[in-house]
Formats: sequence, C-alpha cells, structure tokens
Amino acid sequence: MADASCSRETKSRGRAIEADRDTHTQPSSSRCFRMFKKFQPSADIAGQTTVKSSIQRGIRSAILSSWKIDVETLEEIWPKKESIVHVKCRDHLSIYALHGEPLFFQHFDGPYFPTLRLFHKYPFILPHVRVDRGAIRFLLAGAHMMCPGLTSAGGWLPPADAALPAGTPVAFDAEGKEFAVGIGIMKLGTEEMKVVKKGVAVESITYVGDDLWAIQKL
Amino acid sequence: MATPATTADATPSQPEKQAIPPVQMFYCGVCTFPPEYCEFGDSLSKCKEWLQAQHPDLYDKYYSDVALKAKLGTISQEAQSKLEEDTAKKEAKAEAKADAARKKKLASQVIIKRIERNKRKYITSVRGLEAFGVDLKKAAKLFAQRFATGGSVTKNAAGIDEIVVQGDVSQEIYDMIVEANDGKGGKKGLDVLKDVLVDNIEMVEEKRKKDE
Ligand SMILES: [Zn+2]
Repeated sequence: MADASCSRETKSRGRAIEADRDTHTQPSSSRCFRMFKKFQPSADIAGQTTVKSSIQRGIRSAILSSWKIDVETLEEIWPKKESIVHVKCRDHLSIYALHGEPLFFQHFDGPYFPTLRLFHKYPFILPHVRVDRGAIRFLLAGAHMMCPGLTSAGGWLPPADAALPAGTPVAFDAEGKEFAVGIGIMKLGTEEMKVVKKGVAVESITYVGDDLWAIQKL
Repeated sequence: MATPATTADATPSQPEKQAIPPVQMFYCGVCTFPPEYCEFGDSLSKCKEWLQAQHPDLYDKYYSDVALKAKLGTISQEAQSKLEEDTAKKEAKAEAKADAARKKKLASQVIIKRIERNKRKYITSVRGLEAFGVDLKKAAKLFAQRFATGGSVTKNAAGIDEIVVQGDVSQEIYDMIVEANDGKGGKKGLDVLKDVLVDNIEMVEEKRKKDE
C-alpha cells in the first residue's frame, strides 16, 4: 500500500517518502541522535503552523501518558485554551512552541521530549539516571553516554524494581550537580547496563549549551 | 497563580489537585548554563567574575573551598586536573578568537564615497560596514528611509557588497554613524550602526570623469 502510493509520487517528493518508510523498519529513536548538535534556526526551520485542536488533543494525551505529569501541571505549562505552534524543521524534526517558547519536540513519530529548559522547571516529568563527574564534559560535547559513566561509583541507575527499559526518554543528572545536564533515550535497559558495563547506554538528545538550548524564542 | 474558579468549586471531601509549581531556574548571565556547569564552558573566569558581582551568595555556594572540594565526588585528582587544564585551554582559545575579532575590527575601514555622476548629480557608496557586524540590507533600508531616496546593496566590480544611496548624503551618513555611537545607541532606529568605529571611517570623493 505504502509502496504503491510511493511510486505515484513525483520525483521531488521521493526522498521524503523514503524517509517516512524508514520509520516503519527502524525504531525512530535510533535516528534522532544529535539532532541539536548542529541546528541553525535560519536554515533548518521550514515553517510554522498552528496545530489543529484535534491534533493538539492527541499530543496532550500522548504527553500525559508518557511523561510523569498530572493534568493540572500540564495545564500550567500549556493551557488548553492556548494553541501550540508546530515549528517544522529539517529531517522530520518538530518543535512545539507556545508564545515562541519551545516546550517540547519530536522526531518522526517518536516520543515527545521536553526541552531542557522546560525540564529544569519540572524535573519530575522524566525518570533520571546519573552520570559520574568524569562523563559530564563528554556529554556537554554532544557524546552519547557509555555504560561506565552510569555504572561507576559516581553514576547512578534506578534499582531493579524501578528498572527502565530501552527506548525510555531519561534525564541525565550529574554527580555533584543539582540540575540535569541533558536528556536522552535509553539504548539498553538499566538492568542490562549493570551487566554489560560497556558500549552506548543512552543516546544524547539535547544537552546544556546545544543549539536547542540556545533558542529561547522562536 | 492558582485558578480561582476551581478553588471555589473544591469540596472538602475532594481535595483540589494543584499544579506543581515550576522550579525557579537561574542561569549564568555570561554563558547561559546553570552556574554549576560554568566550569565546563569556555568562559569560566568571566562567569565567576559576573556571579561574584551579581550574586555573591551563589558565588560562595559554587566556588567556596568547601564547595570546590565537595564537587570533586568520585573523580580522581588526575581527571580533575585534566578537566581544569582543558577548561583553561578552552578559555584561552575563546579569548584568542575574541581578540582576533577585535583586532580585525580595529583594522577594518569604512569608506564613504561621494561619486559624481552627472553635473551636480551624486551617489554615495558605503563600503566595509559588514566588518562591524552591520546587516547591510538593514542599513541600506535605513539610509533610504532617512533620506527618502533609493538605497540598495550591490556587488561592486571586485565582488564585494556595498551600499549605494542616491544623492550626496556622505556627510549625513557619517553623522548618523557618529550619532549611533553616541551614548546609548538605538535611538531613532540607528541600532544597526552602533558597533561601527567612527575613527575608522574614511571620506572619499570621486570626481566625474572628463569623457562622461
Ligand atoms: Zn557561566
């Protein structure tokens, strides 16, 4: 079905269709890495549209079910009577902004991530892991988080009864720091990390000082 | 900011659910990071200076001897030294870059040229504003509006952008740049020109060629 419609597409749209098809064969999370390491609002934003209310309802319920947030608090962040603006960016990246302030974003049809500035205000909306002090500078350079940074003495992973599966959006706390240094998506489950102790544990999505951090108003 | 409507409706048996208030965040005025992460940026000395001047209490929280010792956590002394070395290097690099930009700016020139087209007909060309971070299109528009004349950005023979304004407005443009640099700037929309160094402006006159 998808292929049939694809062949009818004009050439100029061919690439977009192909990218769309990729989401079905590949978990979308694996394609969103480092999306804000090189992001230029002037070049990478295609346009802005107000989101239809039926779609807004869908986004709202997706957020309520995936973040640890109650209706009242979400209402504070994004009042029902206010329309959110969809900022369409290159590579199927969508940023959603209210009065110009980026609140959350999504890659393809993957999970909704809060911006780090929003997360700092509401640090309970995602589960946390903690990286050791030695890993902070790598995270701030845009690197993904390797297992040792989380399993070492300075790191922290939730206990077995609160284990997090692969694919979960998480915040990076950092040893000796009060505020999260970034947000990522788990590549391995937390229990798995404790066993393998090597390789990429969490993909970095956004972090303090990246190009999304720099955008305070869109 | 509680919502009055729900407060009134709340009954004792069903306690009203309140939104959880946001954490009041405070970010560094120099590097924009939460201050505890300034040490990983490329402007630590400036960040510290700023914090000490603006928020001495927070400065103590992050940079007192006790705080410095506590933050080391489980990192080895070796790794910490390496980090400090890196930070110093990053800072030096950023400063060298800023310094080079400053020097370049000091060495750049703005040339305001009065060009005679026909007898008593002139155009004014302005070159080199971009070295001072001026948006040429905005500046051309500003000149055009100010003098109610034509103003545009064009490439000259050497392929370098310059602003061409109809009429002899060379002295007026000079005065505008002086005015934009005078004190606060931003007045009458001269903001665009505020970083141009007046001392680096050269006034030139191009006479009409005999054969024209
Ligand atoms: Zn700072």
